[in-house]
Amino acid sequence: MSASVLFDAPGPRGRRAMAIGNLVGAVVVLGLLAWVLVVLSGKGQLAAGLWRTATDPRAWEFYYLPGLQNTLRAAAFATVGAVVFGVLFGVGRLSALRPVRWVCSIIVEFLRAVPVLLMMVFLNALFGIGLKAVISDSAFTAVVVALVLYNGSVIAELVRAGVGNLPRGQAEAGLSLGLTRGQTLRSVQLPQALIAMLPAVISQLVVVLKDSALGQLIGYKELLRSAQILASGGGNPLQALFVIAVLFILLNVVLSFVAGRLARRLSSRTSAKPQAGQGVGPGIVVTRAGAVDEP
Amino acid sequence: MSPFLDVLSQYDVLGAFWVNIQLTFWGALVALGIGTVLAIMRISPLLSLQWAGKAYVNIIRNTPLTVIMTFLVLAIWTQLSITLSRDFTTNFFLFAVIGLGVYHAAFVCEAIRSGVNTVPVGQAEAARAIGLPFLAAARIIVLPQAFRGAIAPLGNTLIALLKNSTVAAAASVSTETSSVMKTMIEFHADYRWQVFLTFAIGFVILVIPIGLATTWLSSRLAVRR
Repeated sequence: MSASVLFDAPGPRGRRAMAIGNLVGAVVVLGLLAWVLVVLSGKGQLAAGLWRTATDPRAWEFYYLPGLQNTLRAAAFATVGAVVFGVLFGVGRLSALRPVRWVCSIIVEFLRAVPVLLMMVFLNALFGIGLKAVISDSAFTAVVVALVLYNGSVIAELVRAGVGNLPRGQAEAGLSLGLTRGQTLRSVQLPQALIAMLPAVISQLVVVLKDSALGQLIGYKELLRSAQILASGGGNPLQALFVIAVLFILLNVVLSFVAGRLARRLSSRTSAKPQAGQGVGPGIVVTRAGAVDEP
Repeated sequence: MSPFLDVLSQYDVLGAFWVNIQLTFWGALVALGIGTVLAIMRISPLLSLQWAGKAYVNIIRNTPLTVIMTFLVLAIWTQLSITLSRDFTTNFFLFAVIGLGVYHAAFVCEAIRSGVNTVPVGQAEAARAIGLPFLAAARIIVLPQAFRGAIAPLGNTLIALLKNSTVAAAASVSTETSSVMKTMIEFHADYRWQVFLTFAIGFVILVIPIGLATTWLSSRLAVRR
């Protein structure tokens, strides 16, 4: 339902009421913002010095950019890993062999129910204590593996839903050509499902980037951690956190935009419906017939 | 196994889960309140409110929860010296609740909006035809149906909220599961697998009923069309 049906096209009186309402709404919103600014300046938080240390070129050189680099590095590794994991387990859940299907289902459902932070803390300890000899940077590895496990299981669901959303005729055509079920899946259904889920995978990147900030809690020097270190020296946590929040928001808005554009571009390449969605955040999101909704 | 049980009994594991459940409960109330207001703003005829709602959702949804939590403690508490409670622990707990509520409100808003989309246009047209103004139409006709259509996505948001309540660690809540698990693993490295599995299975046990309940409720309360 489009929201605009909720109210009539306004007449002259309605238009006047709406103009007044708009003005009042704008004043209230701007008033709230102004109040925040007044409170901040009352506490001396708008002092130029604090903002200068937070946006100084050296702050970028030694704190934000290395942090950003670490965040992006973790996100890049995690995305590649999650896609591999997701395709493997997604195909596993579609397998004709019941035991394979069950094992994959249990693993995927388990990984989606466990908070990513718990996995990170555990893996950090596992890699840091047990596998110290093999893994040099346990925090980085823990962040990447935890993100792979969670987001991979989300992508596994996307693969399953992508195949499920294809028109039935696709599989029927494959079978009637004499392909086996496995061949139909590999050569007809999967390629289309993968194209259909590509925008959703990019949306999922938003979640990967956001969750990488959990690495801060196990001492991985990503963006948030660098901002905290900078702030502890400069006495300007408010300003430093503001800067990195803007960075996160910009990155994620760009990703969402790319996902939306890609969904429109790809719609002619598959008989399923590519949808960008919002990335399956932290929730579990499988509804009827295995379709994936996003919270 | 029994030495592990000894280790387990030294820590208040159930108490830790209880903290997360409380965080989830209060966080969900805050998120539902803010989220409903945001959803009404986003479907209202007033452009300024639509924009404000949209800005809130886009900004919050793209900010990591960890950043919000850290901001609340480092900036609001230490810098602006705004204190919510004289009791140290309660203070951090309340900050965590606010962080969880503010963050998930954006998802609640979108869930309700997706619920609004399940209401057929004819319903709103009928409301208009009998002369109901916007707020009355929204309150009496559209939102009650929208909430019933939004139960599944709201349930997903609730599950997300439960799992994200572990991020309260970033707001210095040291009695919740991830913090307690971290301490246990640090002091009893030999049992790290058992400790992790205990906590992980605890979350599986909490998450599955919510999923089942909301699926059941959403199909039971779905408006037959």
